[in-house]
Amino acid sequence: MTKQVEEEAEALARVAVGAPGKQRSSRGRRARSTASAYGFMAPAAALVLTFFVAPGILLLILSLTNLSSANFSQAWNFIGLDNYERLFTDPFFPKIARNTLFYVLTTLIFFNLGLALVLALVTTSIPRRAGFFFRLVWLLPRLTPSVVYILMWKRIGSADPFGIYNQIVPEFLGGSGGNLYLGGSPWTFVILTNGFIGASFGMIIFTSALESIPKDLLTAAKVDGAGTWRIIRDIKLPMIKWPLLFIATYQTLSLLTSFEYILLLTEGGPGLFTTEVWALTSYKRAFASYFGNSQWGYGATWAIVLVTIALVLAVVYVKLFKFNELVEEPRIENL
Amino acid sequence: MRVELDNLSKSWDDVIGADRITLDITDGELVAFLGPSGCGKTTTLLMVAGIYKPTGGTISFDGHVVNEVAPKDRGIGMVFQSYALYPHMSVFGNISYPLRLQKLGKGEIKERVQAVADMMGIGDLLDRKIAQLSGGQQQRVALGRALVKQPDLLLFDEPLSNLDARLRLTMRGEIKRLQEDLGITSIYVTHDQVEAMTMADRIAVMSKGVLQAYDVPEALYDRPKTLFVAAFVGNPPMNFFDVDIVRDNGDFRAKSEAIDLVLPQDRGEKAAAADGKVIMGVRPEDINVVGDATPPAEGLTLNGEAVVVEPLGREDLVGISINGVDMRVLVDKTKEVAVGDTISLVFNTSRAQFFDPETELSLLWA
Ligand SMILES: Nc1ncnc2c1ncn2[C@@H]1O[C@H](COP(=O)(O)OP(=O)(O)OP(=O)(O)O)[C@@H](O)[C@H]1O
Ligand SMILES: [Mg+2]
Repeated sequence: MTKQVEEEAEALARVAVGAPGKQRSSRGRRARSTASAYGFMAPAAALVLTFFVAPGILLLILSLTNLSSANFSQAWNFIGLDNYERLFTDPFFPKIARNTLFYVLTTLIFFNLGLALVLALVTTSIPRRAGFFFRLVWLLPRLTPSVVYILMWKRIGSADPFGIYNQIVPEFLGGSGGNLYLGGSPWTFVILTNGFIGASFGMIIFTSALESIPKDLLTAAKVDGAGTWRIIRDIKLPMIKWPLLFIATYQTLSLLTSFEYILLLTEGGPGLFTTEVWALTSYKRAFASYFGNSQWGYGATWAIVLVTIALVLAVVYVKLFKFNELVEEPRIENL
Repeated sequence: MRVELDNLSKSWDDVIGADRITLDITDGELVAFLGPSGCGKTTTLLMVAGIYKPTGGTISFDGHVVNEVAPKDRGIGMVFQSYALYPHMSVFGNISYPLRLQKLGKGEIKERVQAVADMMGIGDLLDRKIAQLSGGQQQRVALGRALVKQPDLLLFDEPLSNLDARLRLTMRGEIKRLQEDLGITSIYVTHDQVEAMTMADRIAVMSKGVLQAYDVPEALYDRPKTLFVAAFVGNPPMNFFDVDIVRDNGDFRAKSEAIDLVLPQDRGEKAAAADGKVIMGVRPEDINVVGDATPPAEGLTLNGEAVVVEPLGREDLVGISINGVDMRVLVDKTKEVAVGDTISLVFNTSRAQFFDPETELSLLWA
């Protein structure tokens, strides 16, 4: 209380004396505000350090050892970059890299962005209640336990004459379009299972962004002579630019590291590495090698390389999409 | 362009936005839609624009029904209270947008945008972002965007409501002058009656989705057909008194416990037709304080007590109570009225209005 009074008195005195005192105090204030800024950051920083940086360092150390279930009772053996050499010379490395690229890009473009956008645009253009209902339906896969969800897809994708797809669709198409099954078109099913779930996230974000576009703006565009397509292109898409870029970034990174649906659906098969992606390889090497031999060190190597790629991508995205413009100081005086 | 609305209605389930609006707008006319908030002005305007589909009635442009015509094919320009400028486009981008949609050549677009921008006095701001403009500048851009495609009909939805009072005054004059120069038929939605009175050739007064009156401003002011119009048009608003019309020695008198005023023969006769109780309306400027300019007159003078004095600058708005009946009167500053003063008032009953309390219709003009 008295301190506050003192400060006020000091401030008054400074005003009376003039600029010099003011400068000193503003420097002091800046130092204090910097300190309190760090204070506010501390809890988040502690979390990141404990749950990301520390495990990351452990993983990095692990990737330099030959630790596996065959030798884990002995002391760690550091083997330098042997694991990394082994990774890049693995005969299936190019295939796994290609698979990962294909899986991420296809799912991202057609579903997590494309379908999400279409769903958001459609469900915001129909009556509110109907739109809400359709979005709810599209959320169901996300709400379903993954094992149940994948079991459903396996049932859908059973080979002819079983399989829900093969029993229904050819009938409607007059005999054509038959015999689409999991073993025959594994990628189709991998992309569909992931895409149906992935699309709902973007859909929710895009929907709220689209609904926050002022109605007057759309009315103005209609009066100006824009049809549905031009309104989407010229008004709606530019106005949801940031959510679009955010979803692109976020979903690239989460697809890059996701593997659980592929594991449940195809285990990376059928055959050798047909649908195996990077994160799945990492998991398999570390925890589920074919010969009952978990190679923790080698699995960690796959993970480290993946995390590095993800970090680089994240930085590229942030730079490319100029995300720092989003957090630019507001220019109130220009309003 | 001529515009005709015929029994135009819009409702959502149980909400009625506009109820059988019928009016016609002649070529080059500026018509104001005036009414309190929620009375259906925007709803009607958006039906004319083609954004809302009418649930009944027709809209015709030059004799052709346009109910099914898309907004982009109606040849209209529109200005909004929120400006509704595209924030991700520059000033040039905004104004040129209607022309770009018409797929005109680059050169022609540039020329026309520059011409309109110069006319609006924003010719040097074309490269600016929208966020870098003041409210007044933004409204000029919005006007430019509406004018650039040379529309046959201009629609304004409270375009000046977000501007400060002074700017509103200048923009008011500017819009009116532009509209007259270009001769574009216009509908101007506002809840500001001064705006409507000063700008409009005719005013459509609306209430609860219903068209209450449609006439030239002076007629609405001097010859209101309904109680609502009488109460809504005019500022400060008209005073209303419950009175009995009685005949006394050939004179018509408006009488209540507090009031006893002689009426002119013509108005008294019409007011008496209602058979007893009526609502009498007298505008504040038709009640004068007794003084050199207005000597007391037999049967037209009443005494009251000043209960509120609100200085308006040039004059005072004085609330006066005559035996418990309240009214507002404009009093010259030099009279120096103070609260508690007893004042003699002369009523100009030759301008008094009379309404049937049941139907709320005028006994003089309806
Ligand atoms: N899209 C809509 N759905 C349901 N009701 C609506 C809709 N638009 C308007 N209304 C209703 O119609 C009535 C008239 O609304 P409108 O917007 O035309 O009023 P307004 O005269 O423009 O008022 P303001 O001066 O506040 O703009 C209101 O009761 C409103 O709630
Ligand atoms: Mg409105």
